Amino acid sequence: MAAPDHTGVPLLELRDVTKSFQAVRALRGVSLALRSGEVHALAGENGAGKSTVVRIIGGEHQPDSGDVLLDGEHVRFSSPREAQQRGVAVIHQEPIQFPDLSVAENVFMGRQPLRTGRRIDRKAMHRRASEVFDQLGVPIDPARQTRGLSIADQQIIEIAKALVADARIIVMDEPTAALSAVEAERLFRVARGLADRGAALLFISHRLDEMYTLCDRVTVLRDGAFVVTERMADIDNDTLVRRMVGRSVEQLFPKRDTEIGEEVLVVDGLTRAGVYRDISFSVRRGEIVGLAGLVGSGRSEVVRAVFGVDDRDSGTVTVDGKALPKGKPRNAIESGVALVPEDRREQGLVLELSIERNASLARLRQVSPGGLTRQSRERALAGTWGERLSLKFGSLSDPAATLSGGNQQKIVLGKWLATEPSVLIVDEPTRGIDIGAKVEVHALLSDLAAQGMAVLLISSELPEVLGMADRVLVMHEGRITAELSRDEADEESVMYAATGNGSAA
Amino acid sequence: MNRIRALLSGRELSIVLALAAVVLVTTATNPSFLSAQGIHDLFLNASIIALLAIGQTLLVITRNIDLSVGSVMGLTAYMSGQMFIADHETPTILVVLAGMALGAACGAFNGALVAIAKVPALVVTLGTLYVYRGLTYGWASATGVHQINADQMSQGFLSFGSGSVLGIPHLTLIAVVALAIAAYALHNWRSGRELYAIGSNPQAARLAGIPAGKRVLTAFVVSGALVGLAGVLHASYFGTINASVGTGRELAVVAAVVVGGVAIFGGSGTVLGAVLGALLLTTITSALPILGVPAFWQRAVDGAALLLAISLDRAVMVRLAERLRKERSLRRA
Repeated sequence: MAAPDHTGVPLLELRDVTKSFQAVRALRGVSLALRSGEVHALAGENGAGKSTVVRIIGGEHQPDSGDVLLDGEHVRFSSPREAQQRGVAVIHQEPIQFPDLSVAENVFMGRQPLRTGRRIDRKAMHRRASEVFDQLGVPIDPARQTRGLSIADQQIIEIAKALVADARIIVMDEPTAALSAVEAERLFRVARGLADRGAALLFISHRLDEMYTLCDRVTVLRDGAFVVTERMADIDNDTLVRRMVGRSVEQLFPKRDTEIGEEVLVVDGLTRAGVYRDISFSVRRGEIVGLAGLVGSGRSEVVRAVFGVDDRDSGTVTVDGKALPKGKPRNAIESGVALVPEDRREQGLVLELSIERNASLARLRQVSPGGLTRQSRERALAGTWGERLSLKFGSLSDPAATLSGGNQQKIVLGKWLATEPSVLIVDEPTRGIDIGAKVEVHALLSDLAAQGMAVLLISSELPEVLGMADRVLVMHEGRITAELSRDEADEESVMYAATGNGSAA
Repeated sequence: MNRIRALLSGRELSIVLALAAVVLVTTATNPSFLSAQGIHDLFLNASIIALLAIGQTLLVITRNIDLSVGSVMGLTAYMSGQMFIADHETPTILVVLAGMALGAACGAFNGALVAIAKVPALVVTLGTLYVYRGLTYGWASATGVHQINADQMSQGFLSFGSGSVLGIPHLTLIAVVALAIAAYALHNWRSGRELYAIGSNPQAARLAGIPAGKRVLTAFVVSGALVGLAGVLHASYFGTINASVGTGRELAVVAAVVVGGVAIFGGSGTVLGAVLGALLLTTITSALPILGVPAFWQRAVDGAALLLAISLDRAVMVRLAERLRKERSLRRA
C-alpha cells in the first residue's frame, strides 16, 4: 500500500477551466487538484457547476478553455473511453447498467479476461468479480442478471468496474443520494479504502456531514465559479454554507410568515404496492409543506398519484372536501391542483414549442374560443405571466429550449399558475437553475403561500426544505417516517428520519 | 452441465416442444410428413430463412432492424443469374463471393445511414427495401432479362444448391456452419457481448466506451453478407429467378427472430433461438396444407406468430417487473 502522498504532483488537476452551453456559462475559471490518497469534496448548490466538472473529468465534455492535467501533463479526453483508459472512473448518481447482462459482464464490459483465440474467459471473469466484491465486502452473485438490483448494489458494481479498470481517479457524483444509512456507511468504508491504496477520489454530496466524515479537502463552487479550496478541518459548517450560498440564509430563503387557514388538500391512506404505503397528510391554505427524503423514497410517485398521472392501489385524495378520482389529471386540474414536475425538460415543457405555446398548454380552453386556439390570446396569457415572473426572453415565439434553466422553470410555473390553482405541488423546483433564479422561485413560492395558496414542496436540497417549509414530512422507502414542525426540523432530525430511523408518523 | 440446463430451460426448449407438437399432429394426419424426404424438405426450406434470421438477430440484439432483407436477397439472386448470362461457366465460388459482397455492400449502406447519419434503422431499411427492389427491377428492364432459368446456369452451380452430404442438404450444412460461427462469436467475443450491451442500454454502452457506431455498422455488413449468401443459395436451389425473388421475406424473418426469443428492443436473445424460430415457422407453413388449411393463410401465420411472440414477451416483462417490485417491497417490510 502506497503511503498517501499529499505533496507531490496531483494525479489530476483542472486549471482555470471554462465551459459554456449555448448562452449558459456553466463553468468560469474553475481550478481543482486531486491528489493520491485523498478524498476531495466538491461542494456547491444545485446549478453551481458540479456536474459539469464531473463530465469534463470523465471525458463527456471538453473544456472551452483552461487545462486538464494528468500526472502534471496536459491531456484532452475526447470521449469517456479515453478518460477511462487513462485511469478515470466516474460513478454516477443513478448508475446505469446493462440490465440484460450478468453482473460480471457489467463489471468487465470491454475488458473481459481472454483465453486463447480472443475468447472470453468466463470462469476467470466470475472469479475476479467475486474477488472484487469480497474486497469491497459486498456479496453479489457475479452470475445473476443485473436487472432488479438495488441502486446501492448497482453503485457497488460501478465501483467494482473502477477497480478492475485500475482507476486511479474516481469521481463519485452524489453516490449517497439514494442510499440508506447502512448502505452509505458501507460506501464510505469502500471509498476510504480506495484512497488508502493511493487513488484520488472526488466526492460530491448534498450532505455536509458526509463531507466532514469522509473528505480531506473541499473545493467550493458557486454559480460556475471557483470560490475556495480548504482543508475540511479548517472550515466550519457555517463558513462552508456561506461560501456555497454566497449570501445569507435570509436572502436565499425569503420565507414570509403567513396566515395558515383550513385544510385544502387531504391525502388519506394512499398505497401502491412496492412503491409507497399508507401515505396520509394534509396541506392547509397559506402553508408550505416540505416533502423530504432520499432519492427513490417515493416522494415523486406520491405526488404523481395525487395529481392523477399515476395510478394508485388504494387511498383517497380530496381537495376542498371534494374527492379526486384516481388516474384523472384533468379532474385534478379542474379542482385547482397544479403539479410542476420534477424533470422540467422531459415532463414540464415541450422544448421545441414556443414560449407562448408552452405557457398556454394547461389552459388551452381559455385561449381557444370555439375550439380554435388563438395565438393572440396565447401571447397575451404568456405575456402577463412572463411579466409577473420577470421572465427573461428574446421573443415569446422563441422555442422554450433557448431559455436558461431558471427561465424554463418560470414558464412551467407560469403555465400552472395560469390555471389559478388552490394547491400547488412543486417537485424539485430549483434543480439545475442558477442561484439568482433560485431566489426568485423561492420568493414566488413564499408570495403564493402568503396569498393563501397551499404549497407542497418536494426537494432533495435540505436547506431549501428547511428554509421554506412551515412543516416537513419525511419519507423513507415509501412511508412517511416523520412529521416535523418548522421548529423541530433541522438537518439532523430530517436525515435521521429520511434514512429510516424515524417512527411512522 | 449448467449450460445445458440453462439452454433447455429457456425459450429454445419451448420452441422445440412446439415444434414437436406440430410435427406430431401433422404426422398423425399424414404419416409421410415425417418420412426421410419430408424431414429433408423441412430442413431445406428452413435453411435459407435461417441464414436471414441469423443476420437479423445480430441487428435486433443491438436494437436495430433490417426490413430490406427480402430486397437484398432478390438483388443478389438476380445478380447470380446475370453472372451466368454473362459467362455460362462462371465458377460457383465466384458467384457466391460476389453475392456476399453485394449483400455486404447493401448492408454497409444501411449501416452507414443508421450508425453515422443516426437515422432510425426502421426508416432507413424501409426506404432501402424499395430502393434495392427498384434496382433489381431496373436491372431487369434495362437488360430485358425478366426471368433466368436453370438451363442458363452452370450445372455445377445447380448441383451445389440441390446437393447433399450424407443425406444432409448443402444448404442446411451452410446454415448450421453460419449458426455455429455466429453463436460462438456472440457468446465468446468481446465484440459479440458488446452487441448485447449496445441493445441493452445504449447510453451505458457509450459511457462504457463501446464504439457503438462501428459495432452496429459491422453487424449490418455481416448481416448483409449472410443475406447475399441466402440470395445466391436461393438461385442455385430453385434454378429459376426473376426480379421479385424474396418479396415479403422480411416479415417471415422478423417473425422467426422474435418467435425465437430475441427481444425486439434489443439486449437479449440467441441465434440458436432465432434459427429454431425459423424452423418452427417453416414447419407450420409446410404443415398447413396437410392439415387442410389453404396455403394463402401462410403469411397470416407468420404475422400471428409475430404478434403472439411479442405479446408473450411483453407479458413476461411486465410480470418480471411486478415481481421485482413486490420483492423489493417485501425486503422493506
